[in-house]
Amino acid sequence: MTIIRRYWIHVVLILASITFVGPFIWMFLTSLKTYEETIQVPIVWLPEQIQWVNYQIVNEKFPFLTLYFNTVAVVLATVVLQLLIASLAAFAFARLQFPGKNALFIIMLSLLMVPGQIFLIPQFQIIGVRFNLIDTLTALVVPNVFSVFGVFLLRQFFAAIPQELEDAAKIDGCSSLRIYWQIMMPLVTPGLVALGILTMISSWKELLWPLIVNQSIDKMPLSAGLANLIGEHTTYHEQVMAGAVISVLPMIIIFAFFQRKFVESIAQTGIKG
Amino acid sequence: MKRFRAGLSGYLFIAPLFSGLLLLYVYAFVQNIFYGFNDVGVFGERTFVGLENYSELFQDPIFIRSLINTFFYAGLGVPLVVVISVCLAWLLNQKIKGQALYRTAVFIPAITLPAAIGLLWRWLYNSQYGLINFLISKLGFEPKAWISDPDIVRWSILIVLVWSSVSYMVIILLAGLQRISSVYYDAAQIDGANTRQIFFKITLPLLSPTIFFVAIVSMIGFLQVFDVIFLMIRDGSVAYQYASSLVTYFYEAAFAQNLRGYGAAISVISLILIFAITFMQFRLQKRWVHYD
Repeated sequence: MTIIRRYWIHVVLILASITFVGPFIWMFLTSLKTYEETIQVPIVWLPEQIQWVNYQIVNEKFPFLTLYFNTVAVVLATVVLQLLIASLAAFAFARLQFPGKNALFIIMLSLLMVPGQIFLIPQFQIIGVRFNLIDTLTALVVPNVFSVFGVFLLRQFFAAIPQELEDAAKIDGCSSLRIYWQIMMPLVTPGLVALGILTMISSWKELLWPLIVNQSIDKMPLSAGLANLIGEHTTYHEQVMAGAVISVLPMIIIFAFFQRKFVESIAQTGIKG
Repeated sequence: MKRFRAGLSGYLFIAPLFSGLLLLYVYAFVQNIFYGFNDVGVFGERTFVGLENYSELFQDPIFIRSLINTFFYAGLGVPLVVVISVCLAWLLNQKIKGQALYRTAVFIPAITLPAAIGLLWRWLYNSQYGLINFLISKLGFEPKAWISDPDIVRWSILIVLVWSSVSYMVIILLAGLQRISSVYYDAAQIDGANTRQIFFKITLPLLSPTIFFVAIVSMIGFLQVFDVIFLMIRDGSVAYQYASSLVTYFYEAAFAQNLRGYGAAISVISLILIFAITFMQFRLQKRWVHYD
């Protein structure tokens, strides 16, 4: 009985794995073929000769290096600034008393429910037109450093720190700023890591805002740049797939190394608190 | 005054966040509502038009179609995502050989750039040389024009949306499953419950808060679908407008055609929709979600 059950679980999971990974394998195989092989009917599964040259061609046609540089710069700046700003506020909401705290908290809570596109037109007017930041990397970072979600996530971590620790520090004459930075920040590291990873994933995937605010390709992140790749060069399937491989491989490698951390961070979003 | 001074450090700590929130979110929100009642030019110049944008919207066939399509994606997508990801998470939580490998495989789409997913599926769906048509013709079905046939394109998009969000939701559900104390399972086994009883009487109720969370998050996500539609079929496919969602139409109106006021009105309708549906979900949760 259990053996049959186990057997079925394997069958289902193998099918599921093929469904999820198969497309990527097909992407990789296509990227190694010649154009003639990609349009052969019926399908040829493997290239006769591996065409690494496709990667070279697509890399020459398309500024992957710039796009990667932009993406890394934007993601890093977003993560660092967001962690700092969110942790400051989370500390205040978890640990300090001030008039109007509940009202401000409710404002934040309601912002969390509002769909993002509500803000886009005014944000474009403010950041793009008023501050004249169209076609800059700064424009890609600015709206994302103010994260209400981040405050909610980190607040739980700050709130979980025992009161005695704070009291002892106060008796020693520590200011709030030192309590925040020197005592509490090290203790909420798991929360910071989780938020950092989540922000990294969402900043890495973001598409709509970069499309709106930046038009020239040398100021685009990879996500929006690839959208241009679709528009311009779709004839050569093997080159498009080589481009796709270039754009997914680094993240998959990072994921392979830090899978546990990634999974824990994504799981954090599901904990109610 | 004294109370205020005592709170001063609190205000300083939240100042960076709230300076940004107030300008880019709170003020932007109000501004956007205001834009909805105006014709807004590229440089922000405005003429008040009252409810004209809204009355135009409901006579605009593409908007109506976008609205219906969004309901189509969310209405079919969310139940599919919830059911598939609960089953998959449950299977991935069984103690079997190769568990880590299966998990990695299932998680990969969750971290993949939507743009790459768009490129990839566009190629899989290719009507002449695509892998999918090849496979289904092997199974004896007619090949289809997945992303250019107006009758099929929404289904093609639904498949990709479900595929990529199941991957993400499985991660959350798996964590939910791991938080269920083994005490419950041990007790059930002593009482002689079979697998099916354990799944329906223990696992599902105890997992219901996480399932509810997944339902809310994927509902909000599906009501705001943009990337996949935009990337898979925008260029060179007449089917684009047949697949249009509220957000793709918002983008086309507000930024491709620079009709900012009209776009603002579309986003306000989406807001109302999301609020109404989320509210209903919270009302209904009392019937099926168990908190311990």
